[in-house]
Amino acid sequence: MEKYKKFIKPFIYSSIFIFFIIISYRSAKPRYKPDHFTDIFKDFSWLGNWPKWLDFPLMQPLNSGFDWLIVKYGLFFEGINNFLLGLYTTMKDSIVGLPWPIVIAIVIFITYFASGKKTNTTIMVAFCTFFLGFLSPRYWDKCIMTTCIVVIGMLLCIVVGIPIGIAMARNKRVRNALLPVLDLMQTIPSFCYLIPGILLFGLGAVPAIIAIFVYAVPPLIRLTDLGIRLVDKEVIEASEAFGANKKQTLWGVQIPLALPNIMQGINQCTMMSLAMVVIASMIGTRGIGDEVLLGLQQLNVGMATEAGIAIVLLAIIFDRITQSYGEKIQERTQVKKKI
Amino acid sequence: MSKIEIKNVYKIFGDQPSKVLPMVQDGATKEEILEKTGHTVGLDNVSLSIEEGETFVCMGLSGSGKSTLIRHINRLIDPTSGVVSVEGTNVMDLDQKNLIEFRRHKMSMVFQRFGLFPHKTVIENVGYGLEVQGQKPEERNKTSMEKIEAVGLSGFEHQYPNQLSGGMQQRVGLARALATNTDIMLMDEAFSALDPLIRSDMQKQLIALQSELKKTIFFITHDLDESLKLGDHIGILNHGKLVQVGTPIDIIMKPADDYVEAFVKDVNRAKVIKAKIIMTPANSSDGIDKSNLVKVHEDQFIDEFLPKVVCSNANCEIVDKEGAVKGYITEKELSKALTKEHMADAVKPPK
Repeated sequence: MEKYKKFIKPFIYSSIFIFFIIISYRSAKPRYKPDHFTDIFKDFSWLGNWPKWLDFPLMQPLNSGFDWLIVKYGLFFEGINNFLLGLYTTMKDSIVGLPWPIVIAIVIFITYFASGKKTNTTIMVAFCTFFLGFLSPRYWDKCIMTTCIVVIGMLLCIVVGIPIGIAMARNKRVRNALLPVLDLMQTIPSFCYLIPGILLFGLGAVPAIIAIFVYAVPPLIRLTDLGIRLVDKEVIEASEAFGANKKQTLWGVQIPLALPNIMQGINQCTMMSLAMVVIASMIGTRGIGDEVLLGLQQLNVGMATEAGIAIVLLAIIFDRITQSYGEKIQERTQVKKKI
Repeated sequence: MSKIEIKNVYKIFGDQPSKVLPMVQDGATKEEILEKTGHTVGLDNVSLSIEEGETFVCMGLSGSGKSTLIRHINRLIDPTSGVVSVEGTNVMDLDQKNLIEFRRHKMSMVFQRFGLFPHKTVIENVGYGLEVQGQKPEERNKTSMEKIEAVGLSGFEHQYPNQLSGGMQQRVGLARALATNTDIMLMDEAFSALDPLIRSDMQKQLIALQSELKKTIFFITHDLDESLKLGDHIGILNHGKLVQVGTPIDIIMKPADDYVEAFVKDVNRAKVIKAKIIMTPANSSDGIDKSNLVKVHEDQFIDEFLPKVVCSNANCEIVDKEGAVKGYITEKELSKALTKEHMADAVKPPK
């Protein structure tokens, strides 16, 4: 009996499979169905016919579920909408209202201190910022809009993503439950996020922010989780052996040592946000993305390329600032040996 | 009462350790358990007691369960069955809060790969135990500085661990363990990652510190010389079983089984056997030529007085601290003690 144990499972699965084939034959349309059972082995057309009644439609229940959601929790979504929109408008208006030299000065200031006073990075970022304006004066305000959306989306990612990442690292069950969800979030084409966004929040900046959040938060969660789990086990043991409680170990040891990875996650998150916000121009989000869209609609190669260059410059600015901040932290935690 | 008592501790790694436990208790071997159930036996019925103020060295090859055993004492690992008690309190009965208090005030630990916090400076590392206790920075920096000086690292307190050499890093680890001023110190292969010269340096430092502080030390090593040097008692682990516990001399002279014998085979006996162990007591010393004598202190190792004896072709007179004659050693005893085959006969039970 012991000997045949390993054959039981394959036997069960293959009989289920054969059962489905029989069903598909039984429910085949008359024109596919052979008259005599010996024909089954000569005429295989019945095999090409999916049993129609086994079809499980997802579209209908999803649509009605969505309608129900809007009716029942409309107020809730409106609250989120108003909050994010208010945040976005205030931020955008205040930056657009500033004279451009001051904006550039602020960018230089942020870069200089975020990168740990690296002159080269600062000069490069400053140059990119200037060039945005030189490219076309029209781009200046649009870049600010895009930046505001990216920044708000990123903040949302950080506020939600990092605690989730920490929870995943500390609890195996949470990780097992969340990993498939993260996989799903990353494999569904980013366009699909825009549609529910429009239905729930209307056109404009808010659905873009929501789409950014869904699209860009998985890498941040994953890298936070990974960073915390990668902390040397002996260091954690040392912390515990000296009587640190869980909170002290987390804040005093795990998070500081995971910071380089978390910063990498934030960097990834920023880059993905920027990619998403360009796509979001298709649902009427104002920003540098509409210039590309406009160029596309008018078949104006020059216009699209010009806007494309602006996006690249913006990406370089974001990347340099977040990356160099991560490098600065890394230098502090892993000091190189001075000889 | 012993400082640390470990009674019938079993540790089984796997999905359902409690189901496998009866099998192990019935005497199934590690290989059988692994083959039948896929569980790994970490510790198999380990019992030992450690007295206050002594250095207990636990020795074994890698995979013998040494590191598992040491982690039971401060409950970084929970035993599958058995009792671990420290100063009479059963460690297993402590709830989370009391366990943390217990770890903070009762024992400290030194790690094989140092376990230092790379994002903290030396002084912050040393003060970590005090930091988690909630001490203010000024207070704990004062204590930390004292300990940094004690291990000879003054001047490096604001460096980061990565800027220090291995030996210096382990000194930081040692200072960190000393800073909380606990009675018990657990040292998990503390010197194994260091090169031989620095290792013997650190051993000397530990012996010097220990003679002053009189802590209870549970030391783990895979190096026999190290265990003979440091240990008041030595326990030898093999496949999770404690095969022999005894003083260094016991281990060398009367190995309990082949495994221990293989361990002690290549030991330089002259370095670990003291004069008082092989001497013929003074009251039964008739017939020994006492015309040509060399004075030897009873606590000296053979290799310390051997050259003198050989050069002058003399017999030894063993004296204690006050200079009173305790016994004699002739060529006969020396050759017996240093020849492997006659080991067991050469030993006379120390008084």
